[in-house]
Amino acid sequence: MHPAPSVIIFTTLSGLGFGLLVWLGLGLTAVTGWVAFVFFAIAYALAVGGLLASTFHLGHPERALKAFTQWRSSWLSREAWASVAALTVMAVYGTGLVFFGAEWTVLGWLGAVLCLLTVYSTAMIYGQLKTVPRWKTPLTPALLLAISLAGGALLAGQITAALILLPIAAVLQVVWWVRGDTALRESGTDMQSATGLGHIGQVRAFEPPHTGTNYLLKEFVHVVGRKHSVKLRTITLVLGYGLPVLLLLLPVGHMIAALAILVHLAGIAASRWLFFAEAEHVVGLYYGKR
Amino acid sequence: MTTLPDKTDRKLGLVIDLDTCVGCHACVISCKGWNTENYGAPLSDQDPYGADPTGTFLNRVHSYEVQPDQGAAQLIHFPKSCLHCEDAPCVTVCPTGASYKRTEDGIVLVNETDCIGCGLCAWACPYGAREMDLAEGVMKKCTLCVDRIYNENLPEEDREPACVRTCPAGARHFGDLGDPDSDVSQLVAERGGMDLMPEQGTKPVNKYLPPRPKDQMNTAPTQDGTATPPMLKPIAQEAKGFIGWLDKALEKL
Repeated sequence: MHPAPSVIIFTTLSGLGFGLLVWLGLGLTAVTGWVAFVFFAIAYALAVGGLLASTFHLGHPERALKAFTQWRSSWLSREAWASVAALTVMAVYGTGLVFFGAEWTVLGWLGAVLCLLTVYSTAMIYGQLKTVPRWKTPLTPALLLAISLAGGALLAGQITAALILLPIAAVLQVVWWVRGDTALRESGTDMQSATGLGHIGQVRAFEPPHTGTNYLLKEFVHVVGRKHSVKLRTITLVLGYGLPVLLLLLPVGHMIAALAILVHLAGIAASRWLFFAEAEHVVGLYYGKR
Repeated sequence: MTTLPDKTDRKLGLVIDLDTCVGCHACVISCKGWNTENYGAPLSDQDPYGADPTGTFLNRVHSYEVQPDQGAAQLIHFPKSCLHCEDAPCVTVCPTGASYKRTEDGIVLVNETDCIGCGLCAWACPYGAREMDLAEGVMKKCTLCVDRIYNENLPEEDREPACVRTCPAGARHFGDLGDPDSDVSQLVAERGGMDLMPEQGTKPVNKYLPPRPKDQMNTAPTQDGTATPPMLKPIAQEAKGFIGWLDKALEKL
């Protein structure tokens, strides 16, 4: 799959923002007044910034409101609803904390659940696609939820939670990679089933439909980003999970916490790049590619 | 509405004969021509006369080489367009309701004024049947020439998809695959029509007729183990008439 920067930025930032909102909603990071304002401002900048970035890849962003209509069948539509509901509820909860010093617990918990639903819906947009065997697994929402919660804990200053969740996310990440590497082969979809010609013999793409490239090849058959897979996986594990854990074990000050968050974000961005760049769409088989 | 209908009254679709297709790409051109000039946004090209031309097509012809365990490889031309699946994954993922499957005839269409161009339907399609038009920013796909097949302004023989009408080899057939007595259903039954990527669970309406077995004349091993069959024995051992005289005269020389 083509790793579109808008989608990588969107899923990375909004995942982190909603993760932070979960911890704020649970009330574990007990903040009020100006401190609460700063926390909520960071969370909203990440979550809303991410959502805005996602509209950049639309052909007609001005019609985006129509995406709220098909929640019965579409995960993308459910994501739209969940994100607006989460942001609205958390805004009310945040107003209580910032301006009235009041902690409306039930509202916070409801907001936290809605934030988790938003991340889950985002993950299911990918996790539902049978056409991309690497994504089609319950491990996809599990991984994205773990990353979101771990990153959120890091940002919310929940050090114990972060120290537990970062290694869990790292393990899920490795399991997801290992499963993904054989997913296309295991899916049973290959050139023989794509063309239905397997009963005659080995099928080889002889000539593509056109001499030039096309939308399908650009969108679905992206091979450049995969070249450095091993290096990028190492960067993900070191920056995204390993280094933040080590930094948290040091005596934590604001500077070290900020550094931990930055390296984590860089690592997750690398992970998200691979999430797209390594994903093989079955349509590539018609072109003899993957 | 992007939920799929439980059942459709008819299942209009194509039957594509891989045995007959000669790979001339006439269907590609007629499709592009009709669908650029008629329903919906035109099918644009980018850099059409430049060094790196690309464009939107609703129908593309691949060519595959198939190598059996023994004998010569076969070249098979393979036209591919929307299969108008019964369980169309492209429809259910659409967030806006722009994509839908018609109850009356099962055609999968895009309402272009509702499409936000998110591209998720193209991600969900295993066949590469949907292409985003880069000039219009909306998703394009085969309409089964919905603006031809019911069009009473056209002579009756033209009321079929442009690709079917134009195919010089008769490799494309159009009809109701939900009716077991229709010509296309009979053809599918007779020739063992198949689904593409059945394991994806999309239940395509369009069917493909596999290539017939190739003539084995020069490849079947003979009794003495050689690949070439023996020469026919001459039937007339003794020549008669003029040829007989010529034969004798030449013998005496």
